[in-house]
Amino acid sequence: MSKDRSSKNTMENSGLSADEQLLFCNARPEPYKPYSIKAVEDFANWARANSLWILAFGTGCCSIELRPLMTARFDISRFGIAGRPTPRQSSVFIIGGYVSVKTLKRIIRSYEQMQGPKFIIALGSCPANGGMYFDSYNTINQFDLYLPVDMYVTGCMPRPEALLAAIMELKEDIKVGNCDGANRYVENLDWYKANQKKVIKNWDMPDYNW
Amino acid sequence: MNTLLDRLATDFGIYDISDRKPAITTLKVEKQQAERLIRELRDREGYTHLNFITCIDYIEQGIFTLVYMLHNYGDKSTLGVEVDIDRENAEMTSIHTLWAQAWTYQRELREMFGINFPGSPRQEEDFCLEGWDDIPPMRREFNTKTYSTETFGHREGRVSEDPREHMKAQLYPTRGGDN
Ligand code: SF4
Repeated sequence: MSKDRSSKNTMENSGLSADEQLLFCNARPEPYKPYSIKAVEDFANWARANSLWILAFGTGCCSIELRPLMTARFDISRFGIAGRPTPRQSSVFIIGGYVSVKTLKRIIRSYEQMQGPKFIIALGSCPANGGMYFDSYNTINQFDLYLPVDMYVTGCMPRPEALLAAIMELKEDIKVGNCDGANRYVENLDWYKANQKKVIKNWDMPDYNW
Repeated sequence: MNTLLDRLATDFGIYDISDRKPAITTLKVEKQQAERLIRELRDREGYTHLNFITCIDYIEQGIFTLVYMLHNYGDKSTLGVEVDIDRENAEMTSIHTLWAQAWTYQRELREMFGINFPGSPRQEEDFCLEGWDDIPPMRREFNTKTYSTETFGHREGRVSEDPREHMKAQLYPTRGGDN
């Protein structure tokens, strides 16, 4: 490892020990640049909108609503959407309800490991404003301080139909190129990281989990 | 049951017996006698199962009450052993030698109430919370609302309604919220 690891385009990774720092990539993520020809970008957006894979990661009680979507009654696969077991294979992260600080850390890890294009749907009132856990010592009150949200679904808990409607709307938004959450995250990375580190006090992972 | 309780009362200085629920009897015992009593109940009286250990914070009296809930599979009776300990420098004898699962409860009590169990394994490690740096959150002097607002912020526009008044107004709008 003779390569100079500190430059403007790297992250500090100060939560890791000197040995561990050598094990992780410390490059800064870069925003996605759309295709210069509009028709190509539109086509790409159409393709993205029709290839949504949900990460199977339920954070709170709202994620119960994901189960009926997978099975016969609401059957989300008729829209060409299915669940995936790992972040690397998924493009939609549904934040299923309240987010404790401990879970937030795992959410950040998983989200950063997802490959673009990626989108976040925040389900329920808990990620939006704290919901009924607004006074808990352990759950965050505004999810969009920590990760960018593309679509909110209100309710406690929202019905599966509401989630379906949100996914349909997300598709429309992706088609017109409105879902730039992942880019917002990368462009304002320092702001997001500062917020994340304010609540996650034992930050013992790389600053960006490639 | 009663003969057992009478004998224990004199041997272990039990100073209060109550039947708050028909199926559960609770004994109050001094801190110094507690481990000996629990050991006796486990080894001689058939209370071989530890249901749970928990803590009640009586901040007004400056004490924590630890509750050891024991179960007897023979006569299907449940017995609670209650021990009062000081809130300041709270400390209690560890019973992890009696039941290994007591570790877990004791780690939890340490994290949530700040009670020390000297000798109990893995006491220093984080249990549920990661990197907690405030007073233990289950102590009643900890103000969880203040902490939450300071740490996690408050979403502008969020309002709280009194549920009773709100539902009255929703259900009986013509009566001006008065039914
Ligand atoms: S919004 Fe309601 S159902 Fe969803 S996680 Fe919060 S409390 Fe649970």
